[in-house]
Order: sequence, then C-alpha cells, then structure tokens
Amino acid sequence: MLIIQLAINGIAVGCIYALVALGLVLIYKATEAVNFAQGDLMMLGAFFALTFISFGGLPFWVGLALAIIGMAAVGMIMERLVLRPILGQPQFAVIMVTIGVGFILRSGATMIPGWGTSSQALPTPFSNQTLDVAGLVMAQEHLAIIGATVILCALLYGFFRHTRFGIAMQAASQNQLAAAYMGIPIKRVSAATWAIAAAVAALGGVLLAPIALVEANMGFVVLKAFPAAVLGGFASLPGAVIGGVVIGLIEVFSGRYISDTARNLAPFVVLLAVLVIRPEGLFAEPKKRRA
Amino acid sequence: MTTMIEVEGLSVAFGGVRAVDQVSFGVEKGEIFSIIGPNGAGKTTVFNLISRLYDATAGRIVFEGRDISRLSADRIAAAGIARTFQNIELFENASVLKNLLLGRHAHRRTSVFSELLFLPKVRRQEIENRSIVEDVIDFLDLAHHRDARVAGLPYGVRKVVELGRALAATPRLLLLDEPSSGLNPEETEDLSFWIRDIRDDLGITVMMVEHDMGLVGRVSDRVLALNEGKVLAVGTPSAVQSNPAVVEAYLGS
Amino acid sequence: MRFLFKTNYEQDVRLFQHGGQVFWYAVLAVLVLVAPLVLSDYLVGEAAFVFILAIAGVGLMLLTGYTGLVSLGHAAFLGIGAYGEAYLLSKGVPFPISMLLAALIAGATGFLIGLPTLRLSGVYLAIATFGFALIVSEILAKWESVTRGFNGFRVPRIVMFGETLRQDWHLYYISLAVLVVVILGVLNLLRSPTGRAFIAIRDSEVAAQSLGVNLTVYKTLAFALSAAITGLAGALYAHKLNFLSPDGFNIILSIQLLLMIVVGGLGSLHGAVFGALFVGALPSVIGILRGELPRVIAEQPGLEPLIFGLILVLTIIFEPYGIYGRWLKLKLYFQLFPLYRRATFRRTKAFLKSGRR
Repeated sequence: MLIIQLAINGIAVGCIYALVALGLVLIYKATEAVNFAQGDLMMLGAFFALTFISFGGLPFWVGLALAIIGMAAVGMIMERLVLRPILGQPQFAVIMVTIGVGFILRSGATMIPGWGTSSQALPTPFSNQTLDVAGLVMAQEHLAIIGATVILCALLYGFFRHTRFGIAMQAASQNQLAAAYMGIPIKRVSAATWAIAAAVAALGGVLLAPIALVEANMGFVVLKAFPAAVLGGFASLPGAVIGGVVIGLIEVFSGRYISDTARNLAPFVVLLAVLVIRPEGLFAEPKKRRA
Repeated sequence: MTTMIEVEGLSVAFGGVRAVDQVSFGVEKGEIFSIIGPNGAGKTTVFNLISRLYDATAGRIVFEGRDISRLSADRIAAAGIARTFQNIELFENASVLKNLLLGRHAHRRTSVFSELLFLPKVRRQEIENRSIVEDVIDFLDLAHHRDARVAGLPYGVRKVVELGRALAATPRLLLLDEPSSGLNPEETEDLSFWIRDIRDDLGITVMMVEHDMGLVGRVSDRVLALNEGKVLAVGTPSAVQSNPAVVEAYLGS
Repeated sequence: MRFLFKTNYEQDVRLFQHGGQVFWYAVLAVLVLVAPLVLSDYLVGEAAFVFILAIAGVGLMLLTGYTGLVSLGHAAFLGIGAYGEAYLLSKGVPFPISMLLAALIAGATGFLIGLPTLRLSGVYLAIATFGFALIVSEILAKWESVTRGFNGFRVPRIVMFGETLRQDWHLYYISLAVLVVVILGVLNLLRSPTGRAFIAIRDSEVAAQSLGVNLTVYKTLAFALSAAITGLAGALYAHKLNFLSPDGFNIILSIQLLLMIVVGGLGSLHGAVFGALFVGALPSVIGILRGELPRVIAEQPGLEPLIFGLILVLTIIFEPYGIYGRWLKLKLYFQLFPLYRRATFRRTKAFLKSGRR
C-alpha cells in the first residue's frame, strides 16, 4: 500500500516537473534555445492567478483562464523584445539572455505591491481535500495535477497532429530555412511557441501552488525539469513527460528509502549519468554521428 | 613512380544506405587526381574516410606504405595529409594569421608547461612557424589580409585562406573538397594556377573533389568518376568524360 | 592612427606590440601598486575582491571565451578552492603551498568532470556543469568532517615570514601578484600552440581535428586549467570571506561569474578584468544609488538582481563583445576622428547554425 501511495505522490510531483520540461522542450524544438527562465515564467503565472483569484475575487476557473491568456501574452512579448533581436546568435547568447530575463522576473515580482517576498497560498477547488479509494488516501491536488497533465498532453498532441499551425510549427522545428522557403511564417511560429510555452508554465504554476505556496523563488523548480527534459532526449514532448514522471518517482522513493540528501541529489546524479552514458536521452533512437 | 595513397575496397554505410561501396584506387606521388560525380555520389565521403572523420565499414587506406585506416582523425595531419572543406571550416573569430599558424599545429614540439612560461624553445618554434606561414602568405598573395578577422572576409578570400591553412601544415598529400565552388571565373583561374604550382613547386600530391569540369580538365592528370558510391571509371580527364557510363550517370538514362 | 612597421617576426610574438602599450601598462602598474597608500581600508578590500574575481574570470574566460565550452558550474571550483585552502591551513600546511594545493585539487576535479562531459556540446554541457555544481554544493554541506557543514568554517589567517597577515592591503597585494602571474601565464599560452588549439576547438571542431588537434586532450586540458585557476581564486576568496558556508557557492555565483565575462567581453582577457571591475563595483554603485532613489524603490531587496539581469540582457542584445568591445570602438572613434562612420562596426547578418547532430 505504501508503495502505491508513494508512487502516486511521485507521479504528481513528476507531473509538475513534466509541465516545466514540456515548456523547455517546446522552445528547444522550435528555436534550439534553452529557456532558463521557464521556471520563472511558471512563478509569474502563479502570481497572475493569485492576483485574479485572491485579490480580484474572480472564480477559480476564470482566474486560471485569465492567467493562462496573460502568460501567453507575456511569452510573446518576451520573444519579441528579447529573443528576436538575437536571432542567429550562438546558443550561448540565448542561454545568457534567458538567465537574465529570469533574474529580472524573479526580482521584479518581489517589487510588485501585494506579491512581495513572502509566500502566499492560492486557494483552489482541490486544495486540502482527500479522496479515499480502496484504502488509499489520495490528496486531490495530486490527482488534479496528474489529470491536468494528461489533458494538456492530449491537447498538445491534437494541436501538433491535426491543426495547420501545429504542423507548420513542427516543420519549422525540423528545418527553419526550408520551412521559410515553404512559406511558413517563421517569426509568427517562434512567437506562438513562446506563447504556448508560457501558457503551459502558467498552468504548471497554478497546479504547483497548492503544494508549494506562491513565492518569487518557486521558479527554481526548473532545476528539476532539466534532468527530466534530458532524460527524455530534450527534443521529444512525450519524452519530457515520461522524464518528469521518472524523476518525480526517483525523488520520492530515494527520499523515503535512502535519505533526504539522496532525495536532493538523485535527480542530478541521474542527469549526469544520462548525459555521459546516453546523451541522446533514454527514449531516442541513437543516431549515427555525421560530421 | 611511387604510390602515395592506395585505397582498397573502401565501404561505408549510413543507416543502410551504402554511401561508398567497394571503392578502390591509387594515387601516384606528384599526381593531381580528381574525383568527379553527380551530387550524392560519395565524393566528399571518400575524403572524410581518408581524413578519418568517418569510420569505414570495410576496406583499407594505405598512405605512403602505412595503413592509416585505424588512425584517429587528429593524427592524420601529422601523418602528412591536409585538407580543405566543402563549406569552409575556418576559425571565424581569429585572424588570418592565427588560422594559418593553426596549420602548424601537427608540428608542435613544445609542452604546455614550457608554453606557460614561454621558454626560449617556444619562442624559437613560434618564429619558425611564422616564417613558414609567411611563405604561404607570399605564395597565395594573402599579405593584404594577414591581420584581418576571417568572419569579415569575402567568400573567395576565405577559400584561399583555407587552402593556405592546409599548405601551412606542409603536407605531402593535399585534399581539396570542391575548391572552386562559389568562386567567380577569375578566382577559379587563379586557383588552377595555384593547384599546378602546389604540385610543381611545392612537390605536394593533390587530390580534389570538383564539379567544374573545365578546372578538372585543365589541371588533373587522372580522374575518378563515382556514382552512387561505386567507381564508374578511372583514367585521363578526356577518357573519363567520354566514358558512356559516366555520361549516363550525369545525364540520366 | 598608429601604423606599425614590423621588421622581424620577433615583434609579433612579443607581449607588448609597441612602446605606447609599454608606457600605459607601466602607468597602470604604478597606480595599482601605490593605491593602498591612498585608498581607505574599505576600498582596498573591495579592490582585492575585484582582483580575486578577475582571477576567476580569467579562468572561466579560458574555458568559455577561448575554448567555447560553457560552464554554468564554476562556483563549484571556487568553492573547492576555498574549502581546500581553509582545510589545508587548518591542518598546518603553510600558506602559499596550501593555495597551490587547493588549486591543484580544483584542477583535478575539473579534469575528472571534463573527461566524461567531453562528448557533450553546447546546451548539454551547460546543463551537465549545472548539475555538477549542484552536487558539489550538496557535498560541501554534508561532508561535515572536512567542511564543517552549515556550522561554517572559520578560515585560518595567512602566516608568512612569521607574521600573521590580517590587513586588507595584505590580501590586496597577494591577490594582485596572483592575478598578474595568472594573466601572464594565460597570455603565454594564448600565443603558443595550446592557446590556438583552444580557439580552434571553439570555432570549428572538425577543422581543429583535421589539423591535428586532439579534442579529448585539449578540452580536458582547458577544463583542468580553468578549474585550477578558478580554484586559485577560490583560495584567495576564502581569505576575503573569512568565514565559509556551503550555501555561498551556489548557482547564483556561477551565473555571476558568467555574467562577468559576458559583460566584460567574451574572448579577451581584458574582458575578464573589465567584467570583474564591473561586477565588483556594481553593488557599491547600487548602494550609492539607493540613497538617491525614492524610498519605495530604494528599499527593494530585489534591486540588485534586477539590475544584474537588465545589464546582462542589454549587453547581449546591444553589445555582444561587452565592455571591451565598446572600449575598442571608442578608441577607434578617437583615432579616426572625424572620419568614423556608423557602419564601421555594423554587424554582418548571422544565420542559425544548427547545434543538433
């Protein structure tokens, strides 16, 4: 029983990592950039929701929708202001620029009246409630996280498989230049990618809020999303989700059966091991090296 | 006549596609030897196999009587083979001079510790490298661009810089991968003189992959035609160009 | 404008290209040497800190600026150097030897971490070093028999020539001497085959290989050297801090080190020094600014990281060659005056070169 209980906790925690990793992978696939500010976008999304729901008094679902829309706009603005000017520069520049944006968002959030430096609780319909199923006591917020992740994955899958724009985005991620020749609006695709990634981050922030409180530093969860994304191969959306869940499970189980130190270290030991032994990720087909 | 390089039954496959299939040929010392063929024939792959960037699935490469098929890529330069690349692989953020000096790397005789202190032997080696590089600069007429950063140079000059970097290594065999691509007729003309001078004055054997049949015809002693990884014909430029199999490969059947 | 007429190759190999350079560096040397006589103790301490940062900057510049390998975990080497120094001193190892040993330990760690991560490039390497740094900071916190964990480690004072050195100007001169030695060593390396091999790896691995550069050897060498130099800075940093605690060597410090070389100017040693000056001076400047700004803004604790972030983003967008790049442009502007044109430094359009393999 304990094992199943732990597994559910692990999967729920892993889904949060998966949501952040999804954002990372979306952006990497489309632009070959790694967004070190993804966690901070998540933090911002949670604060948006907090503002609409707790301060604005809007119903939860309306607040959530507004937060997601608001973050999509933030993602687009970020792409336009910061990333488009450095298009074509080495990856290193993009890494540094997103790290800079992360600093700005994190410290900027502490300066906004009402957000501040303290942690705040975000009330959700599934906070502090449990569900008993066959002797298992499950926190509803955990179930909500898992459910939301599944729904989001289905939506993304449908979007990339069946909509014109989704297919265009896929094409652009394979070969930017060729896609441009085929008349795909590269700039709009890039903006849309950042918008989607930021929207996913907002959802992740709201889901994380009941278990971690809303505060300026909650974005550091991105540290756990890197191992997840790398485990999944960094360019695969299903890989990111599976990677996130695996990292969540490893964390919960090593914390329970080894020690707290092991819990903190395990994701990064896994990260280094994967990078050294199988840099293409656990689920990718190894590719022949070509110069 | 002595054999410079001998390739026997060379094959490589990428994911089931046989990019180079049982290719055999030999190049004599002092020859200018061209490889031609339609796109995707495996010409550049042969070069990449010789410079050991790819591992061959089968076959042997013997250079000056020494089997180099298992040598690592960074030992090829010291063995006496230098090359250029189809899409120019220069060190973009360094000066022309630095790029050429890097050509001397395989001849390095100093250790990191002596270099940290810049001992007299390092200084001597640097001055010797410099005078060899200066000869190359003279030879290729690059004096004008010596201290310019590569990234800002026009395409034609970059091609020449890359050739110079290969020459600075003082190789015995030079591999030129599409040396004339992207050059205007005037620059191509200069190139054909240089290629002959490299062989006649510097005594370097030259192998080149080339699409420009005019250039191939003017400078080559012998030509190898490849198609779909297989050898179609070897011989004098005119003989190969009139070979029915070669004509068919280019024009389609 | 200055035209140099060179009459032999010796001139190109020299450290100083012309008399003007010798003159200005001599002026700088005199200024730096007499500064502690004039400046207040506080400023001397700050200057020593700038020197220490500059040493670490040179170390990171060698790896990231010259070899093109991005490390998001250099605070780990700083930490290893600092703890190594404190531990060795507490075990009775005399000062300069303890510092060299600490650097050696950091260098060996760099070698070990460099070895498996060689196959990684770009983003993957950045993430791997990132993970490595997190593991090191966890070890620093948990290996209590050596690091004393979260109780903290009081760093023993330096004893030299039978004298206990506790003044700010002691550390100032020691750090200055180490900085000068490190810069000279790296400059020597850069005008030799090894330094050129680093640059070759940065700009084209395939071409480097075909010219005889063994990627494994030189990448590990770059990692080890960079880590050793950063460890050296760490050893001095221990004396600047006086009291070590494991959370001092976190990811934020790693990022500040990177920010330093980016803002200073990638690919030049000047950049490392300018960057150190900038990062060292910024908190003081912000401190002064706080007095001038309205209280609502001035009392925000987030002001400093906000300004750091802004400067980082603006530098990359508007001046990718950093302060040193700007300095070169200014110099040229005055040399060419009034002929300078805006287009002189117009950037050529760059295209995304895929990092995927």
